[in-house]
Amino acid sequence: MARFSFSRWLGILIKEFIQLRRDRLTFGMIVGIPIIQLMLFGFAINSDPKHLPTAVVMADPGPFSRAWVAAMRNSDYFTIVGSVDERQAAALLDRSEVQFVVTFPPGFNRDLVRGKPPTLLVEADATDPMATGGAISVLNKLGAEVFAPDLPGLRPPAQPLVDLRIHRRYNPEGVTAYNIVPGLMGVILTMTMVLMTGLAMTRERERGTFENLLATPATPLEVMTGKIVPYILIGLIQVTLILLAARWIFDVPMHGNLLLLYGVVLVFICANLTLGITFSSIARNQLQAMQMTFFFFLPSMLLSGFMFPFRGMPEWAQAVGNVLPLTHFLVLVRGILLKGNGIDMLWAQIWPILAFMTGVLTIGLKTFRRTLD
Amino acid sequence: MDELVIDVAGLNKRFGDKHVVRDLGLQVRKGEIYGFLGPNGSGKTTSIRMLCGLLTPDSGSGTCLGLDVLKDSAAIKRQVGYMTQKFSLWDDLSIVENLDFVARMFGMADRREAVDRAIDELGLGGRRKQLAGTLSGGWKQRLALASCLLHRPRLLLLDEPTAGVDPKARRDFWEEIHRLSASGITILVSTHYMDEAERCHRLAYIAYGNLLASGTADEVVANCQLNTWEIAGDGIHGLAGRLRQLPGADLVASFGTTLHVSGTDRPRLAASLQALQKDTGLVVTPVAPSLEDAFIHLMQHTADPLGN
Ligand SMILES: Nc1ncnc2c1ncn2[C@@H]1O[C@H](COP(=O)(O)OP(=O)(O)OP(=O)(O)O)[C@@H](O)[C@H]1O
Ligand SMILES: [Mg+2]
Repeated sequence: MARFSFSRWLGILIKEFIQLRRDRLTFGMIVGIPIIQLMLFGFAINSDPKHLPTAVVMADPGPFSRAWVAAMRNSDYFTIVGSVDERQAAALLDRSEVQFVVTFPPGFNRDLVRGKPPTLLVEADATDPMATGGAISVLNKLGAEVFAPDLPGLRPPAQPLVDLRIHRRYNPEGVTAYNIVPGLMGVILTMTMVLMTGLAMTRERERGTFENLLATPATPLEVMTGKIVPYILIGLIQVTLILLAARWIFDVPMHGNLLLLYGVVLVFICANLTLGITFSSIARNQLQAMQMTFFFFLPSMLLSGFMFPFRGMPEWAQAVGNVLPLTHFLVLVRGILLKGNGIDMLWAQIWPILAFMTGVLTIGLKTFRRTLD
Repeated sequence: MDELVIDVAGLNKRFGDKHVVRDLGLQVRKGEIYGFLGPNGSGKTTSIRMLCGLLTPDSGSGTCLGLDVLKDSAAIKRQVGYMTQKFSLWDDLSIVENLDFVARMFGMADRREAVDRAIDELGLGGRRKQLAGTLSGGWKQRLALASCLLHRPRLLLLDEPTAGVDPKARRDFWEEIHRLSASGITILVSTHYMDEAERCHRLAYIAYGNLLASGTADEVVANCQLNTWEIAGDGIHGLAGRLRQLPGADLVASFGTTLHVSGTDRPRLAASLQALQKDTGLVVTPVAPSLEDAFIHLMQHTADPLGN
């Protein structure tokens, strides 16, 4: 491949900017889509996910605490990932590796035998309130079922055996907008970024200008990246619009570092643009590019954890979802905005996006046709 | 003068099961204006695209500006100015933006001056900010030509550059072409106009993918071995049909107020025409066959295997 020429690349960039500025419809889309979607997604779709990863902090091992853990496992709502100490538990929750942390306090077994309801602390990652709702209501019923056969005489009717304390972390009131709005940011970026770049190259092909572009010494890498950059700027504008709406219309808390958020957004935008430009070089015309975009967009909506809680999906769907950048982006945005996560906690979600991007760019450069064949 | 700028042999191109270019061989010398002629769909555009690396030939070999047409297309592109048949500059960029973009793509050091000069030469100084898409057809052609000359290519590949251009602009265009040729630039130009064909130093005639004739205009005409008579007089208007029936007449064409009758079998056609002259009193004079006679003859004598 010929050497990358910065001045040629700049030329392509300038051309794209000028064309974009003259394209009123696209400009309308940039501003219109985020606003319309934000307004439309006031509703939430319910679901009842099971097998949620749960960590146990066991300060008092004994027959009753063990029975409790077994009952949780049997309920199908919880998958016990292990026993950890308090610090580890907090980290697991922060990194979204578990949905719940259940803490058995010292003296749990003793208090129970004495008929004095011991405290059972359940910390839930409530960034996606839908994901935790079903499991928490099951927990409430669990006490009676576990202990009834063992402690028949000790149970005063209608009084709970265990003092269940549930802490909804990160989103105490269970506001769905906290989840939906950051999620929407990812969905909007996926749709507009992939679509707009998807059309970028096929448009040239349909108008016949591709022949002229090919007749110049411009290389595939220069053309592809030169066409991507203007859209990065557009993506950042969209994100800013959504964040402003999140803050001032939906009152979404912003705990994390905004600069970090923009950094993550940048990676995500680039991944989507790379995909779009690759679609663009594979598709023969704009219609095909559009179809490819929607073919990608649907699983992104359904399998990323935006529509339905990720952990509620069957395994194969989770496997597909894990390939999609949106899946990781959702965890990242919620982590930064709602949990105040730092960069050290995010890496596990960033590299899958980078891997996706590298893979797609490779395909894109391979399929870029340097000829009209 | 004998350095070959284009020297290809055995170029083939198929689209699906359509064999669009067959065993094309072309030799174009430095500084030459080489005309490329042939009926619609004969493969001219396809051939030109193969020469500048926009299409990969299925088979064949050769050089363009001393570079391998199959392997060095990137290097070829840098020294070739290609004007597409269909306007392919950006409609939503202005004249100056289009030229500036092309200049950047070719990495020109004196970009600004070159663009300004091109606009001045076009005489479009007052409209430099007009969007290219809003230009009239002829002006689009002239802009496209200016844009492919911008980076001072050594070889020009022009695909029907004067389609839709007015006579004055056409003459200016050809004068420019001859000036460029005199300065050592080689030009391959496809055209459907006979007067333009006659202005070329040498010609190639391609039909349905086959190269049927090449050489100077005189050579092409001579190789057809046509014998032509001009027929003039009253009442020739209804005569064409009858002339075609004459034994030995291969081809009848109207030229203004006269008719040209041509055939390869000289004695047979001469006898027929003598009889006709006696019969009708028309004036029949032998003339030299024109390039157009030769081309129409070539066209009629090739079946179209593609069926288009
Ligand atoms: N990309 C393509 N795919 C399939 N067929 C093609 C393609 N490009 C050209 N053809 C076919 O190749 C044949 C030659 O086309 P080409 O454009 O080279 O003709 P041309 O001599 O330039 O004609 P014209 O004088 O009308 O410009 C035509 O039959 C055309 O339909
Ligand atoms: Mg053509």
